[in-house]
Amino acid sequence: MSAVVTDHEHDHEHHDHKPSGIKRWLYTTNHKDIGTMYLVFALIMFFIGGAMAMVIRAELFQPGMQFVEPNFFNQMTTVHGLIMVFGAVMPAFTGLANWMIPMMIGAPDMALPRMNNWSFWILPFAFLILLMSLFMPGGGPSFGWTFYAPLSTTYSSDSTALFVFSVHIMGISSIMGAINVIVTIFNLRAPGMTWMKMPLFVWTWLITAFLLIMVMPVLAGVVTMVLTDKYFGTSFFDAAGGGDPVLFQHIFWFFGHPEVYIMILPAFGIVSAIVPTFARKPLFGYASMVYATSSIALLSFLVWAHHMFTTGMPVAGALFFMYCTMLIAVPTGVKVFNWVATMWRGAMTFEVPMMFALAFIVLFTIGGFSGLMLAITPADFQYHDTYFVVAHFHYVLVTGAVFSIIAAAYYWLPKWTGHMYDEKLGQWHFWCSLISVNLLFFPMHFVGLAGMPRRIPDYALQFADFNAFISIGGFLFGASQLIFVWVLVKCARGGEKATAQVWEGAEGLEWQVPSPAPYHTFDTPPVIK
Amino acid sequence: MTKTYEKYYVPAQSPWPIVGAVALFLIAFGAGTYVNEVTKQQPGFGGYMLAAGFVVLIFMLFGWFKNVIDESMSGLYSAQMDRSFRQGMSWFIVSEVMFFMAFFGALFYGRVIALDWLSGGSNNAMTFEILWPNFEAMWPLLKTPGGIETQAMPATGLPLINTAILVLSSITLHFAHTGLEQHKRGQLKLMLLVTLLLGATFLGLQVYEYIHAYRDLGLTLASGFYGNTFFLLTGFHGMHVTLGAIILLFVFLRVLKGHFTPEKHFAFQAAAWYWHFVDVVWLCLYVFVYVI
Repeated sequence: MSAVVTDHEHDHEHHDHKPSGIKRWLYTTNHKDIGTMYLVFALIMFFIGGAMAMVIRAELFQPGMQFVEPNFFNQMTTVHGLIMVFGAVMPAFTGLANWMIPMMIGAPDMALPRMNNWSFWILPFAFLILLMSLFMPGGGPSFGWTFYAPLSTTYSSDSTALFVFSVHIMGISSIMGAINVIVTIFNLRAPGMTWMKMPLFVWTWLITAFLLIMVMPVLAGVVTMVLTDKYFGTSFFDAAGGGDPVLFQHIFWFFGHPEVYIMILPAFGIVSAIVPTFARKPLFGYASMVYATSSIALLSFLVWAHHMFTTGMPVAGALFFMYCTMLIAVPTGVKVFNWVATMWRGAMTFEVPMMFALAFIVLFTIGGFSGLMLAITPADFQYHDTYFVVAHFHYVLVTGAVFSIIAAAYYWLPKWTGHMYDEKLGQWHFWCSLISVNLLFFPMHFVGLAGMPRRIPDYALQFADFNAFISIGGFLFGASQLIFVWVLVKCARGGEKATAQVWEGAEGLEWQVPSPAPYHTFDTPPVIK
Repeated sequence: MTKTYEKYYVPAQSPWPIVGAVALFLIAFGAGTYVNEVTKQQPGFGGYMLAAGFVVLIFMLFGWFKNVIDESMSGLYSAQMDRSFRQGMSWFIVSEVMFFMAFFGALFYGRVIALDWLSGGSNNAMTFEILWPNFEAMWPLLKTPGGIETQAMPATGLPLINTAILVLSSITLHFAHTGLEQHKRGQLKLMLLVTLLLGATFLGLQVYEYIHAYRDLGLTLASGFYGNTFFLLTGFHGMHVTLGAIILLFVFLRVLKGHFTPEKHFAFQAAAWYWHFVDVVWLCLYVFVYVI
């Protein structure tokens, strides 16, 4: 990365006044405001979804039924999943994209600023509908976030229609957001910002946006079929009418697997930004990172049925999906290798963003390895629908995606607020999170391998000790995130002044504008040589 | 890099996005409630909420597009802005293609795999023996495993005429475009009008076909996998034709007002792309739903 800004003018004389009051947020077309709203929304959703996880862990603290009815327990697992995927992780990444991509490529704003605002404001309404459905007679969605038919058709509650339409508008929001990102990157790069000079965060988001455009409409299609099957007598997923419940799983996972990468590729971009900064070395193997990201995205379209090994598919199909899945380990291995090689003989320091990035590399790799175990078809027959799967995807999503988002927040907070965050509190947040998250998710591997099924409010006695342990880890992890809020509030309100570059080893356009970044950056594009 | 860049237009604050978000909220919440009320035949507020949502959405679209058109006509948009719109529209069409792919995928899976397995294919001999030993796989699926019978929609006759109409409308739209590019406003107006009329005719015939299916053939949404795929694919296609026709109508009204130049006519271009896309979907649909 040898991007050098020569003639950018970030004068904040006349055009840096922000509109005031509530209208600033309701009517805004500013990518920074919209990015902030996305991030705050994601944080609120993270706590709502987290509260549901606390309910789940409280119920599972002991065998037997303690606090909630089984039906309500199922609603908690379902809505926890939906909120964390669509309400926390995805909006958080979109918020980071909004804030950072225009600054990283020298654009004045996102390409379609009004649509950008629309994309955001759909989300609070969509989740309002989803949360209100919990209070309907019969309860909210209780069929798991994957809403397999016939659980979501024949056996679901009346609120299913609300679930379907709220997913529809979430999808509209995601597609518009993705179109905005992709057009911004294609069309608004500053002169000289060639493809292979783009920061990796921009590259990974470009590919993520492509995946979103390809698969969110498929999700819209499958929820529509659920709607018509439940309410209008179609039989897409009903064998009596010539359909097949397994068809649901095929369409859902054709969306669902790329969706998993939608939630991790931007994380790769974040880690690829943070590691070089704190190792004070350029990223090792930049081009191979770009190709690895693209390969992962392409492979993501060929592996969906590895979620369905136990549905009784022909052996040839199972083998195809098994081998394709294992192939993903290659580009992922390239990435982990490159991060480690970047740190090799670097002048490393260990500020909070770097700590979270390092934890990401180690713990995400654990999640990747358990993924490889799950990819082995005959072994998956044992692991399928157990806590081993829960452990696997929480390692990639919590210690993967969520840790990367937290790392990104610490890394760019000084740029957003103009103040340094409290390093000591941040370190507390990191260590509390790191220890509790492993108490929480690591033992799940063991109970899963021993056969404890997921999505069950009660369990056999031999799992009792591990589950008590896991629940304690869960409560601690939940409590640790309160430190994060404390850090964020404290940093927004004041603190040590941040310089433009913020971090000694930071490179790129976003570190050449002042901190806090002016309301409008790059009215005329900078020239990158 | 000596190329000079014009200033990229970043619009000031706009109330329309939040109005649009409220509209989508009313539509989603209204529809979610209404579906339950209709299927259980209970009275309620869902229908009103849904209708209100569409009213607000239309209000929003008018306001938003008025702003965009005013900005465009007053020359605020650079060539770069025009590219943003074009790329945005292209990716939107990609997403639409994927939406239809979900339904085509369901169709292929049902025909090739689900029906075969229901009649004992692959490793499903016992499933067949135990569930529906008398079931016979065929396409169109005229009798479901559960015993619902229907008749198939023929590929000739009305559907063939409709195919011809839609292909013709794409051709007339193309000539409208060349008319616009060659300063032949008369040709532009005429061809655009013909396109609109062909689109309307297509929709009328489609409605007639649906009535025929329900009344004479016993082919309904609930008559098994064949009816499902038939109505959802043609239905969503029909909705897209309707939307495309509405867009073209507004383009036509703008043409009458003297908008668009041979160099700058993004709205026309976008509407045309959309119309051609809908046409291509129909051709795939005609082959896989009606013919094969």
